[in-house]
This record gives sequence, C-alpha cells and structure tokens, in this order.
Amino acid sequence: MTGEGTAKAVITYRQALNDALRAELSRDKNVILLGEEIGIFEGSYKITAGLLAEFGPERVRDTPIAEEGFVGAAIGAAMLGMRPVVEIMTLNFSLIAMDQIVNHAAKIHGMFGGQTPVPMVIRMPGGGGQQLAATHSQNLEVWFAHVPGLKVVAPSNPADAKALLLASIRDNDPVIFLENLSLYNTKGEVPDGEHVAEIGKAAVALEGTDLTVISYSRATTVALQVARQLAGEGISVEVVDLRSLRPLDRETVCASVRKTSRAVVLEDDWLSYGIGAEISATLMEGAFDYLDAPVRRVAAAEVPLPYAKPLELAALPDANDLIKVIRELLDATGFSPAAGHPIDTAT
Amino acid sequence: MAERRKPAAARGKDPAAAGRKAEAVEHFPAGEPTERLLGYYAGMVLIRKFELSADQMYKRAKIGGYCHLNLGEEATVVGLMDALRPSDYLFTNYRDHGYALMRGMTPGAVMAELFGKSTGVSKGRGGSMHLFDTGARMMGGYGIVGGQLPPATGAALALTYRGAPGPDAEVVMCQMGDGTTNIGAFHESLNLAAVWNLPIVYVIVNNRLGMGTTVEAAAGEPELYKRGCSYRIPGERVDGTDVVAVREGARRALDRARLERKPALLEVMSYRLRGHSVVDPARYRSASDLEIAQSADPLPLLRRSLLAAGLMDEAQAQDIESEADKKVAAAVAFADSSPDPTPDQLFDYAYASPVANAAHALPGDPLVVVP
Repeated sequence: MTGEGTAKAVITYRQALNDALRAELSRDKNVILLGEEIGIFEGSYKITAGLLAEFGPERVRDTPIAEEGFVGAAIGAAMLGMRPVVEIMTLNFSLIAMDQIVNHAAKIHGMFGGQTPVPMVIRMPGGGGQQLAATHSQNLEVWFAHVPGLKVVAPSNPADAKALLLASIRDNDPVIFLENLSLYNTKGEVPDGEHVAEIGKAAVALEGTDLTVISYSRATTVALQVARQLAGEGISVEVVDLRSLRPLDRETVCASVRKTSRAVVLEDDWLSYGIGAEISATLMEGAFDYLDAPVRRVAAAEVPLPYAKPLELAALPDANDLIKVIRELLDATGFSPAAGHPIDTAT
Repeated sequence: MAERRKPAAARGKDPAAAGRKAEAVEHFPAGEPTERLLGYYAGMVLIRKFELSADQMYKRAKIGGYCHLNLGEEATVVGLMDALRPSDYLFTNYRDHGYALMRGMTPGAVMAELFGKSTGVSKGRGGSMHLFDTGARMMGGYGIVGGQLPPATGAALALTYRGAPGPDAEVVMCQMGDGTTNIGAFHESLNLAAVWNLPIVYVIVNNRLGMGTTVEAAAGEPELYKRGCSYRIPGERVDGTDVVAVREGARRALDRARLERKPALLEVMSYRLRGHSVVDPARYRSASDLEIAQSADPLPLLRRSLLAAGLMDEAQAQDIESEADKKVAAAVAFADSSPDPTPDQLFDYAYASPVANAAHALPGDPLVVVP
C-alpha cells in the first residue's frame, strides 16, 4: 500500500467500491464506466449509486444487454487511450463475453508485440447462497485465472476492495475484478486518502502457527471467523488471503506453510481443477518437506447449484465444513493444543 | 443444392458481375488524375505480387500457421485504403496483408511478420492474421471471425471523447468478410454504434464464400448491405473490382461517419481467386464459379482499361510490375535475413504494467524455489 492517510472509517464493501470509482472518475478524465443499468438504475447492486448524477451519461454509460458488444467496445476504447471500467451485472453473464475477454483483451498487448496496452477493468459479482439457482450463482474464477494476459483480483474486505480497484483502474492491463454478492454489505475499516494496493500480492490476514488456511474473496471472511473461534481452543490458525489470483503470490503461501506445516484451502468454487488444486501443487513444489500431512481442500459440491435452500446450503462450503477439516488435519498430525504453540489472537 | 451453389454474380443483381466480361473496359470518371490511377494500379500489383510470393514462401515452409491472401480483392483493398485518411483507424479480419501494405507498412516488415521474425510488424508474435502498427493506425488484423467488431466499435466510442464531428474528425473503418454478418458480434456492434452514434464504417468484403459456404447458404438476408436496416444504419453495395467505385463508396460512408458522426455499412462485391487460405484447393467451387471470378480479376481489367484509355503505355505497365517485383524480392530478402526472436524474449510483453509474482517459467521449470 502507498499513501499517507491515517484516519479510518468503517464502511461497507459496496461503499468502498463506490468511493474508488468516484475517486478515479474525478482524477482521470479518461476513466469511463460502462455496463448494464449502471446509470439511471444506479447498478443492480447499487455499486454505481450517484455516479451518473455526478459525472453525466458520457462518463457513466448505460449499455444495452450485449455483453460481448460492450466488453469488446471497452477493449477498443482502451486501445485508444481510455480507461474503461466495465460492470457485468453478474459474473455468470461474462460467459457471453468470453471471446472478447480471452481472445482479445488478454491477447492484444502480447500478440501485437507490445504496441498497445489494454487498460481496462471488468468488475463483476459472483457467488452462491442467494437462492439464485444454477445459472446465477457461479464463481468461475479459475476460468479467468487460467489465462495469461489477464490479471485477476478477488478482494475480501472493504479496504482491499478500494485499494485494489484503484490499482486495477490505473493498471495498463485488463484486470478481472471479482466481487461476491454476499460481501457487498460487509463492513470494515478503510483508511482515508489514497491507498493503492499492489496487484499480485497476497496478505497474511491473521498470523498463526499451527495451520494455514488459504482463501480469497468471501471465503476469507469465513476463514477469519473460524480462526478466531479456534483460537479460543488454543488452536492458532494463520489465514492467507490471496487477494490476487493471477498473478498468484506463491511465495507468501509457501512461506506460511513452511512455518505451520499444515494447509487447508477454502474456496467457494467447485473443487476439481480449482484454486485449491493450484495451491496444492504450489505447496508440493515449494513446501513439500515442511508438510506434516497432505493439503486439504474445502470447496463447493460439484453440482449445478440447486435453488432449494437445504440443497444450496449442503452444496456450499461453510465454517462448519472448514472446522471439520481443520480438526481432521490436526488429529491426523498428532496436534494437541495442550502441548501448546504460542497463541496469537490478534486481529 | 445446385441452385445454392450458383454464385450471387449469376443472379444479375450484382454490379460487379453485370455485363462484365474479360474484354470489358472500365471508364474512368472525368477529372480523375492519371497519376492517381497509375498509383492504384501500382498498389494492386504490389498486393498481387506480395500475395503470390507469400503463397510460394508458405509452400517453402518459410511461413507457418494460417495464411489468407487478398488475391482477387486488390481493387477492393486499394479503393478502401485510398478513401481512409492516415488519421483514421483501421481494424480488419485475418485477410489483412494488402490492407497493411496500403496503410504504408513496409513490405519487408509485413513479410517478416509472416516469417515470424523479430523485425515483423508485430515482432513475430502475431503472424499473418495479426498485423498491427500503431503509427499506421492499423489496429490489427484479427483471427476470430467477428472478433474485431466490438473493439473497433469501442475505438469509435473513444473518438467521441476527442472532439466534435466535422471535416477533420477521425473515424474508424472496420473491415470484415461476408461470413461475419451472421455472428452475434456483428449485430451487437452495429446496435451499439447506432444507439451511441459512433463514427465508424463497417465494410463487408463480400467475396461470396465463407470458407466453402456461399453467402446464400449462410445469410437470411444475402444482400448484406441491407443487414444494417435493423439498426437504421444505411448500407450501400459497390463493385469491388472497380477501384474508383470502391473508393467513392467508402468516401460516402466515411463522410457520414466524419461529418454526421453516424455509422455506415458498405458492402464491397469482390472475388476470391484462390481458396480460403493457402492450403485450401477450393474443390467445392464449380468451374463456372471460378471462371466468373477469374473474368472479374481486377488486375488485368484495370491494366487493359488504362491501356485502352491511353493513360498508361505498355512500358509504364511493365515498369510498375517490375518495381513491385523488386519490392517483394527485397521484402523476402529482408524477412529471410532477419533474426528469429529468441527464447529469452518469451515473456516480453506478457504485461504492459509490471506485476509482482508473474509466472515466468519455461516448461519443466519450477514456479517456486525451495529455500
């Protein structure tokens, strides 16, 4: 982080995003917002509330329902020096724009020999748990994180949301900015003033010594809640918040697990081929000799997410699932709280 | 099926085919400077010789991947590019060699790109389908059908932030093939251009075949210039074998974009003399279809017309042709002698903004080093 602000305000994740957009629209006339219902309607999730009134319809531009068209238009505008910030109403609709994201946004800088940057941001909320059923509850972050040429960030708290959005808008590459529906109303301290995060860096969200939970976005809030709960039992959990999925800060992950010797990955997306798989492979490479047991993964059940609440709850990973896996891993490695590691309950 | 295979030209509604025979002589508009017409011939000859050379170099394995030629489309390319100003922006599909040359990109740098050399216009990263030059405002050849349309539309959106419409305004030209008019990106782009009043000209080069599929078999409205009507974008169809007709049609469309800041659609009826790409023998084409294409070859047509009109003599024609031969030979020599990119340059241009922890590992290399 850079910047000198010291005062902090407690605001929602939604407000943090809104503040970042307002700040960048004010700072740089080349920043424009594009998306469905972001203007008059003020955004499906009100992230852009007030911005049309403040900056006008040319800077805050409502688009037709045409994801391939307006995502691609943002690419072309970026090639000519604009800094478009696109809102796709939900991540699920990005599938309609995948050709533009993968074959164009991600390729244009490299494929044309570095002659034109594509400075654009695609913001979109994903995630299940809202009874939106199979086509409106997906995460799919690995689809984007798999692609060289893209940068992919997934902040878990209001401070990171603001600092990473500022960084993403100022970055000269296409940045996929992943939000989560259930984070919008969460609150946290956000420092006043201009704090710009560095893309590609994970954070140790909570220090611990017995076991590392690696997560990102909404899952980090679950990991932190579990870590604080287990601290009361004498179990010291370190939480690594990835923040950036591409590039992935492998060193911070490995350094943590070299210290704790136990690792669990918590992710909201489906298990197979997921971020957890990538983290597991990274730990095989960078911390194999330090591991006391195989890495465990806690992720969503591999079904199209059902509408009915009991089924939805059963499919999505929650705090109880994480606690169960942590206990299994500790038991398997002969951990005893009484034997005692120093406990750090600091937040 | 026989009816479907029948080329559009045989149906008579096509200005390019109407009454055009091998002996036809083009009548040039009064006041058209001779130098300009000779320049058109020189441009068309350069494209022809360049493309024939590319075909040869492909067969010698100097060029890899896909390689699509403008053979038969020379008058179309030259007419369009003469109407476009240096300050305008161009997006094209993958059949882009001629456009690059006519935008002033040097034949050597274009050929070097085809050869995959570091001196190529895209530094050997793009190849035949992905020619790019910021200075020439050639914003890329694009290999995915329809892929260039949304970005071109967005480039036109960016221009609306630069100033008012008027005689000096910049505009975007977005070229595509006939098959592109069936893809969603075409319709989404035209719709955006219409609702946002964007300064863009969409140019459909209708060479009558999308790979092996005829326009009639693929398009619900095969008169493609009419496909803008859903978006109230006016369309015009011109004879793509007549370089002046192409230029004039392009100018009318560009004027609308430049002066009124409104999109336009131009359909240029052209012919593909060869297969879809250099490796396609085009066995799906009937003999009569090919004969029509060959009889509409714009190069001998323009040559004969210039000679018949007394605007060019045989010696001048041969000078132009040998000059093109020399340029193409020099381009091949330049490409051949240029260095290959080296593996240590692999991650150059991975990102425009440097970023922490970017994965720069070659196959087999670890991403994490154990302390």
